[in-house]
Amino acid sequence: MLPQEVNSIEEKMISPEKAEEAKLKARYPNLGNKPGGSDLLRKRLQKGQKYFDSGDYNMAKAKIKNKQLPTAAPEKTEITGDHIPTPQDLPQRKPSLVASKLAG
Amino acid sequence: ADIISTVEFNHTGELLATGDKGGRVVIFQQEIENKNQPQFRSEYNVYSTFQSHEPEFDYLKSLEIEEKINKIRWLPQKNAAQFLLSTNDKTIKLWKISERDKRPEGYNLKEEDGRYKDPNTITSLRVPVLKPMDLMVEASPRRVFANAHTYHINSVSVNSDNETYLSADDLRINLWHLEITDRSFNIVDIKPANMEELTEVITAAEFHPHQCNTFVYSSSKGTIRLCDMRASALCDKHSKLFEEPEDPSNRSFFSEIISSISDVKFSHNGRYMMTRDYLSVKIWDLNMENRPVETYQVHEYLRSKLCSLYENDCIFDKFECCWNGNDSVVMTGSYNNFFRMFDRGHRRDVTLEASRENSKPMQVLKPRKVCTGGKRKKDEISVDSLDFNKKILHTAWHPQDNIIAVATTNNLYIFQDKVN
Repeated sequence: MLPQEVNSIEEKMISPEKAEEAKLKARYPNLGNKPGGSDLLRKRLQKGQKYFDSGDYNMAKAKIKNKQLPTAAPEKTEITGDHIPTPQDLPQRKPSLVASKLAG
Repeated sequence: ADIISTVEFNHTGELLATGDKGGRVVIFQQEIENKNQPQFRSEYNVYSTFQSHEPEFDYLKSLEIEEKINKIRWLPQKNAAQFLLSTNDKTIKLWKISERDKRPEGYNLKEEDGRYKDPNTITSLRVPVLKPMDLMVEASPRRVFANAHTYHINSVSVNSDNETYLSADDLRINLWHLEITDRSFNIVDIKPANMEELTEVITAAEFHPHQCNTFVYSSSKGTIRLCDMRASALCDKHSKLFEEPEDPSNRSFFSEIISSISDVKFSHNGRYMMTRDYLSVKIWDLNMENRPVETYQVHEYLRSKLCSLYENDCIFDKFECCWNGNDSVVMTGSYNNFFRMFDRGHRRDVTLEASRENSKPMQVLKPRKVCTGGKRKKDEISVDSLDFNKKILHTAWHPQDNIIAVATTNNLYIFQDKVN
């Protein structure tokens, strides 16, 4: 065995932890540059999903509730070309939220 | 089935409570018939289920407050009812669980189904009598201890004086009186004036089992502080500091993370305490601060996997630990639905698995072994095939008998000593 090989094996035997640390630093070179300890701690202190506001939170909750009730039947049946549609049959088009780029 | 987040026997072991991520508490009761017969096998059946906490929204910080039950602690029984404290991140509640097995019958003004009688039809007077009915178990919230914690509650501990209890969050510990909900005393505050200087957080806290003035709290840096409430109102200065010196040459990026103590438990006799960090369980003599008296390796083979365990966040898993009734054996969980027991006196340890696929009910559990080297023997499991999503974080030991409760992610297992 070459002396370099022996050395690296010895190092691994001495500290698998240090070998793992080297692996981590290789993947994330910027790790630990900032005061890492307090970053981790701060993330821990602020556990919990952040929402924009309570409206956002309630919407998210409602979405989860809806997902849990897949048996709710779709309200409108789509018209699929059995007959020529009349204006009353067409679904109402919601006004576009995005203002036209031509305006203003 | 929801994710189990805490497991706790009551003081007699007759009741076993579990809390889950959905804020529910399920209590199991031990079947005590035939207890003196040699073939007796404990069965725990569902006794009561109730919704303890609901999700809330912190409007000031726009953060969700999880309803997950972080801890349940039973109060010693004082009367016919049972009481327990259950807590989520922000609010502690005292629940009363009581049985109703009689109901009054023979009202004068009401029919049996509850409808009111026409008063004109009543011609005679009778005294209602109590008649037996099917057992009904009712849970009602008796106290709500709210708005005392800015950070997330990790521990609750009932004092041996049976009047007070402590609750601990990441930076503060508060002392409460069980009867008083609008006031609580802060007894430990480690919040730095400048949050940039934050170096450690409180990870667990517990009152001494007999000395009502003594409590301990553990930190994310691997230290345990013992405090005496007689010394001062604010126990920021510890009475004892338990810390094992570290070899600086062994220090790595992971050292502090894996030294973080995830659980601390006094022994029943009050002479020792046990701490759990990521890779080991340590037993400390309360009279010796500079090192533990015993150290047990839970899964040392993970030391060479720390990089991936950091990446998948498993390195931050918080394992709990527990003592058996006479403090001779300690137990803690691991990955792959494995749990470990260390017999202190006989210096023996065993790895067992909680899994329906690998063992049938009433079957003696087979010890497991994880192999680290290249050559894997038959029945051994290699480190790389361990399932890190199957973690046993919560375990509990019956206070007197050799009955243990082990919680996998979604299931609760109850094991007991082999009956001859």
